[in-house]
Amino acid sequence: MSEKSLGALARAEIEVRGLHKSFGDNEVLRGIDLEIGQGEVVCVIGPSGSGKSTLLRCVNLLEEPSKGQVFVGGTELTDPDVDIDAVRRRIGMVFQQFNLFPHLTVTENLTLPQRRVLRRDKARAARVAAENLERVGLSEKAAAYPSSLSGGQQQRVAIARALAMGPEVMLFDEPTSALDPELVGDVLAVMRRLANEGMTMMVVTHEMTFAREVADRVVFMDGGVIVEDGTPAQVIGSPRHERTRHFLSRLLDPAMAEVEEGTPDQVGKAEQPGD
Amino acid sequence: MSDQDAPRGPRRDTPLPPKQDIPLGTPLQPKKKGLTRSQKRTLSQGAQYAVFVAAVIAFAVSADWARLKNQFAQVDIAEQMFPDVITMALKNTVLYTLSGFAVGLVLGMVMALMRLSSVGPYRWFAGVYIEIFRGLPALLIFIFIGVAVPLAFPGTQIPGGTYGKVALALGLVAAAYMAETIRAGIQAVPRGQLEAARSLGFSPARAMISIIIPQAFRIILPPLTNELVLLFKDSSLVLFLGVTLEERELSKYGRDLASTTANSTPILVAGLCYLLVTIPLGFVVRRMEAKAQEAVK
Repeated sequence: MSEKSLGALARAEIEVRGLHKSFGDNEVLRGIDLEIGQGEVVCVIGPSGSGKSTLLRCVNLLEEPSKGQVFVGGTELTDPDVDIDAVRRRIGMVFQQFNLFPHLTVTENLTLPQRRVLRRDKARAARVAAENLERVGLSEKAAAYPSSLSGGQQQRVAIARALAMGPEVMLFDEPTSALDPELVGDVLAVMRRLANEGMTMMVVTHEMTFAREVADRVVFMDGGVIVEDGTPAQVIGSPRHERTRHFLSRLLDPAMAEVEEGTPDQVGKAEQPGD
Repeated sequence: MSDQDAPRGPRRDTPLPPKQDIPLGTPLQPKKKGLTRSQKRTLSQGAQYAVFVAAVIAFAVSADWARLKNQFAQVDIAEQMFPDVITMALKNTVLYTLSGFAVGLVLGMVMALMRLSSVGPYRWFAGVYIEIFRGLPALLIFIFIGVAVPLAFPGTQIPGGTYGKVALALGLVAAAYMAETIRAGIQAVPRGQLEAARSLGFSPARAMISIIIPQAFRIILPPLTNELVLLFKDSSLVLFLGVTLEERELSKYGRDLASTTANSTPILVAGLCYLLVTIPLGFVVRRMEAKAQEAVK
């Protein structure tokens, strides 16, 4: 872990400076500063509407920041002259709803972006596709269409599709939130392996066990700001801030939290889908 | 739909007030007549059958069958139409339709993309085009292409002769309808598809071509096929362009023959030839729609 921290100091793979994002009058991000080192795994946690998904989407410019800068691998994405398509090739993104291309087979989902975007030839694209399907344990589904796969399988294909582009960084936007509980494990196992291989990962998640065991750092967000940033032991194990404690206790035992906090209306408010 | 939903009322978290208990066997309304509901239904159905049978009988009795047979079912005239009605007239109809469809598809795609463009003037132009060509009768457009254009631009030739003119006229009409269909199809593709493509490094144009449009076409295949059926019938308007004998399609051919033979049999045969194509196409559309319905589930 300590070597990793040193690496982080040497080179920040993802760097966010003074980031603000508003949708109309609604300011979702209110000044975010964040650095993620090479090979570091950072889990972003927080209540719905805290802005964590928006932050992640700003890192590959799916959302245009209102103010501030985003760097990935030393390139400033927020620079108006940057070739955003070229930068995005280096950033893999996995969505909550998988977003596989339903009109293509599993293999074609992996080969088409390689061929169209990276201009790889047919043979190479097919080879890379096969390698990455094996990596997520779905070689036998190569010829299937996404609609015939379970949610967990679809999400693993989506991870393989992103990996086939050879990204330097992987972003995960609540990758297991749309899955049935029994399918979550397979996806997390793939992500865990990826983390062990040294991939730089930024993961928005509600999976506290995953965050505790896999993350190098956990970032807790609320109300559009980073409230707490530290090791899993610090942030999840012994949170310093009241808001973090409140969030964690509610996550671990929703019923308990309501009794302890004694403010049911506040709890109800926080539970409303915000983003 | 809303009528049916209305009595259920909005969903509430608070418990609904207790239902009023109505003793079993209590009539909801005082009976007006001695008929039960099923008796009424039987009566109503019986009346409908009676009206239908009466109408058929009235037609069968009043029609002059000998005359109708003479006018519409002259076997020797019908025989004389073959094989030209197929090898020339039907062939031309199909050619006109397909060429018009092709032009319409390309132009419609351009208009749909312009309608979705972020450039204001593109959107306005496409909007004006669609409104004008959807609002005009196809007949007027045929006359415009056949008469007004040669007069207004003397010396200009629409390439391809009659075939070119038909493709253009039918294409102009079809494009307006197809543009709206294609636009709807593109917008029906979930937003996440574009986001996934962009996050993989696709440019907006490449994402549109490789990811969005192929999915949009699956969605709009049934309405596009329907448009093909409509064009198939509209191709009869070719006769307003003035065509040579060899360029005649089903309607013109049938009409010409009807006037030379002073008999309506050719019209009937031409009509049957249309149905030969449109009924199977309609069947295909319904199959595709049913399949699309299933895919949604």
